[in-house]
Formats: sequence, C-alpha cells, structure tokens
Amino acid sequence: MAHHGKGKPPRVGDHPLFRRALLTFVLVLVGLMIVAPLVVIGVEAFSKGVAYFGASIADPDTRHAIMLTVITALIAVPVNTAFGVAAAWAITKHDFPGKRLLTVIIEIPFSVSPIVAGVAYLFVFGLQGLFGHALQAMEIKILFALPGIVLASMFVTAPFVARELIPLMQAQGRDLEEAATSLGASGWRTFFSVTLPNIKWALLYGVVLCNSRVMGEFGAVSVVSGNIRGQTNTLPLHIELLYHDYNAAGSFAAASILAGLAIVTLVVKVALERQGAGRIQRPSALAGADTVTPEVKP
Amino acid sequence: MRLRRRVLPGLPLALGITLVYVAIIVVLPLAALVFKAASLGPEDYWRIISSDRAVASYRVTVTCALAATAFNLVFGLSLAWVLVRYRFPGRRLVDALVDLPFALPTAVAGIALTTLFATNGWFGGPLSLIGIKVAYTPLGIMVAMSFTSIPFIVRTVQPVLEELDPALEEAGQTLGASDLSIFVTVILPLLTPALLAGVSLSFARSLGEFGAIIFIAGNQPFSTEITALLAFIRLEEYDYPASAAIASVMLLTAFVMLAITNFMQARALRYTVRG
Repeated sequence: MAHHGKGKPPRVGDHPLFRRALLTFVLVLVGLMIVAPLVVIGVEAFSKGVAYFGASIADPDTRHAIMLTVITALIAVPVNTAFGVAAAWAITKHDFPGKRLLTVIIEIPFSVSPIVAGVAYLFVFGLQGLFGHALQAMEIKILFALPGIVLASMFVTAPFVARELIPLMQAQGRDLEEAATSLGASGWRTFFSVTLPNIKWALLYGVVLCNSRVMGEFGAVSVVSGNIRGQTNTLPLHIELLYHDYNAAGSFAAASILAGLAIVTLVVKVALERQGAGRIQRPSALAGADTVTPEVKP
Repeated sequence: MRLRRRVLPGLPLALGITLVYVAIIVVLPLAALVFKAASLGPEDYWRIISSDRAVASYRVTVTCALAATAFNLVFGLSLAWVLVRYRFPGRRLVDALVDLPFALPTAVAGIALTTLFATNGWFGGPLSLIGIKVAYTPLGIMVAMSFTSIPFIVRTVQPVLEELDPALEEAGQTLGASDLSIFVTVILPLLTPALLAGVSLSFARSLGEFGAIIFIAGNQPFSTEITALLAFIRLEEYDYPASAAIASVMLLTAFVMLAITNFMQARALRYTVRG
C-alpha cells in the first residue's frame, strides 16, 4: 500500500460529514432490518415468561419436530457431503467431456425456488407422478414421510459442499496428488493424507452452511411433508403451524431454537473464514471450471 | 506446461457417485415437472399460465422483486462501502451480521418481520400513525424480499471495493475533481460489473422466495399473492396440472436468471482477477 500513517491523504468519501451521514444511514438500516428481527424473536419467545417458554419447547409436538429436523440433517448432510467431495474430486482432478455442463447442473438448485423443488418431487413420487402408483403397489412411502423430507432437503442443498470445494481444489491444482500417486500412494491414501488436509476448512464451511439450510428449509419440505402434526412436521413447519394457531409465544419459542442455530452458524462461519475458508472468488459455473483461474485472496 | 499428465485415480467412483446423485436428486424431479407440464397440451397450458390470477401473481412478484432489489442496491452498496472504507467500533460484528438473512430460516424471518411490521408491532405501530401499512400489503412482500437478499449485493461488491487501486482516485483528486465526480466517473464504472452480478442474484432470489413472504404478504389473490404461493395453493386444491404449469413458468424464469447471473458473475470476475 502506498500510504501509511499521518501522511495518508483523505480518500473519496472520507469527508467527516459524509462519513458520519453514510455510517448513520447504514447502521440504522442494519439495526432495523437485521438486528431488530433477531431481537424480536427473543422478546416474543419469552413474552409469556420463562415457564411458558420451557413448556413450549418441552411440548411433545415441538420435541418431535426437533427430533425430525435433527434426523433429517443427520441423513441429508453426510450424504450431501460425500456427494460434494466426489463431485469436486471428479471435476477438479480429472478431465472428461461434459464437465462444464455437470458444473452448471450442480448449481441449478441454488436458482430454483424451493416451492418448484417441492412440486417437482410430487410429480416423481406422488400418485399423480411418475412412480407414485408403483411405489404404492410396493407399499413404499416417500411423500408425506421422512424419505420425501430428506430428498427435498438434499435437492435444495445439493450445491452447498461442492461449490465451496470446486474453486479451492481448482486453484490448488493436481501437482501434490500426482506426486503422491507417483510415489505409490493409493487413491484413498492420496485423498486422505494429501487432499483432505488442504481442503478441511472449506469442507467444514460447506458442511456448516449445508446443515443450516437443511435444518431451516421451509418451502420445499412444506410441499412434500404433508404437515402432519407430530409426525411429518419439521421445526420450521411446526413454527408455521403454531403461528397460525395464534400461539405466537410458542411459535417464537420454537423459532428461537433455529435463530440460535443461525447465530452459532455465523460464529462458526467467521471462525472458519479466519482459517481461510470461503474466501475464494467463485468462478461462474457457465464460464467453466477451467477457463477462469480463481484467485486466492491473501 | 506438462505434456504428459499422470492420471489420478478415482474417476470412475467419484464421477459415478456424482452422476447418480445429480440424476436422482436434481435432474429427475425437474424432468418430471417439465414432463407433467408438457402433458397438458398447448391450449390448456396457455389458459392456465395466462389466467388473470396467474398474471396478477407475476405482476406482484416481479414488481416487488424489482423494488426490493432497487432498495438493496442502495443499501448493499452503502453497506459494502462502509465495511471496506471506514473503521468504526463494531465493524466486524456488522460484517458478520450481513450473512444473517442467509443463516436465518425463512419461516423464522417471516414471523419475525410480520410481528415487527404488524399494526401493533415495533415498526408497524409508528408507521400506521403516518398512514403506512406494511404487513399484509405489497410493501410487506418487498420488506421480506429485501431481507432475504441483502447479502448478495454486499458480498459481490465488497471484494471489488477492497481491491480498488487508491492511485485511480488520487489521479482524479490531483486533477481537482470533486469526490462526487470521482465516484461517478472512476469508482462506479469499476464497481458496475459486481453491482450487476449482485443485482441479478438478488432479483433471482426474490422471484423464488416463499417462506419469508407468505407470513407477511396477506396472500390476497390479485393484490398480494406471489407466484410461488399460487403454485402451492393449486396443489392444495388438488389441481395438479395447474400447479405443474405455474411451477414450470417459475422454473423457466429461474433458468433464464441463472444464465443472466452466470454471465454477470463471469464478467464481474474478469474485472476482479488481476494478472
């Protein structure tokens, strides 16, 4: 940098009055639009006292919703992680035709409305869909049950791990892996002792964001779950149900759990960013994984 | 440049897992949706997607998304500017809070915003005194859309602002240009690719948003009903063809927006990457 210390000339926008005005404008809006929603969740959750809050959380339907959400995440997140690692390994460490198209397809769920995702799953597994009657004949229940919820969650989070790993592994190249295999290491050994240590923070970053989205997903799950109280209601759906039952305090009590999860996610995210995760500029999927070399910021 | 590359192991397994997962989880459902919509026949399909109620829902969704994106353009640029160029207590906290709209589940955001903006809420109360109603009006939809897409513009503009070469501004200052004219003629053109990328991401997200909106929108057909909700309502009425048709319109829009955002991001990145 050219300037340090006292001799530093004022840059554009450094006029004290302008600075104060812009800072005030931004901080007021952050307060109103970001902090206030967070605060109101806490205030409403305890609006009927601590005892009511405790009773709301301990309610069997709420406990069941929490369990269902945790089980969904325990299935969807590891499967998604395995997929993300496999996709990143295939795309960044190998060359094959259709690589660019595959990269684009992986990113699709990020652009599709969760409602469209839910509706689409209905036309695969529902009675009016492709496999509905066959599944019914075999007495396999996918919609309005755990498998449907897990599948819809996997759709909306499909890009989460892969999109963190692909640009990073692209930037790291293949030299280390090539050296390891030429020294006789197996593929698995190469992955676990050469690749994994280099991508662990980015991997964890993707996993944390994926988990946060799985546990909070509303639209897609709302279509495929059938909203059966105490059976197929995940925590976000249970929040909606309580809210429409005019049990605002109960709804916000349940919501405060997910708000707590969001705060934990942000804290972990910041900690992982200090380790260098999430700081790579993502090349666009359409531009192709190999046309633009991503830049690793120092 | 190496002429002969050593081929790394693991392609069949890794590619196999990837293709199976993508085929079952992503491609199959979208294909099923398109198949269902296509089975309608052109006349029925057109009748459904051009019905008065559907067209009204497109109008509400697009208008509100445009307004929310315009607001986020100003707010997001200001926020990124303040985070990059000013030092103030709590800056890192504000920087972390920018991502809250992504981390907070949409249903939670929905009930929180509705409570704030209802006529007996912290913001809705004072606003109703001056005659402004937010909850259960299109304004509420805009608020929910703005909230859920705040991070996009901030996070696309921030890295470009960080990399901005001070020498460019100094050149303008040496020539006696005012701050405003340097901003408009030097800085803004450099930020434009990133701003456009952020704007297209923010707009695309607003078009598809559901959870945060349905609580605050009021959901009255023709005035506060978004397209995503109409697709959902048709399902609940067991009108599956109509739901498929409307969802297919949203899917097509999403693909168009995906192409636009990818183009914008590639452009923005070209301007960021330095040799």
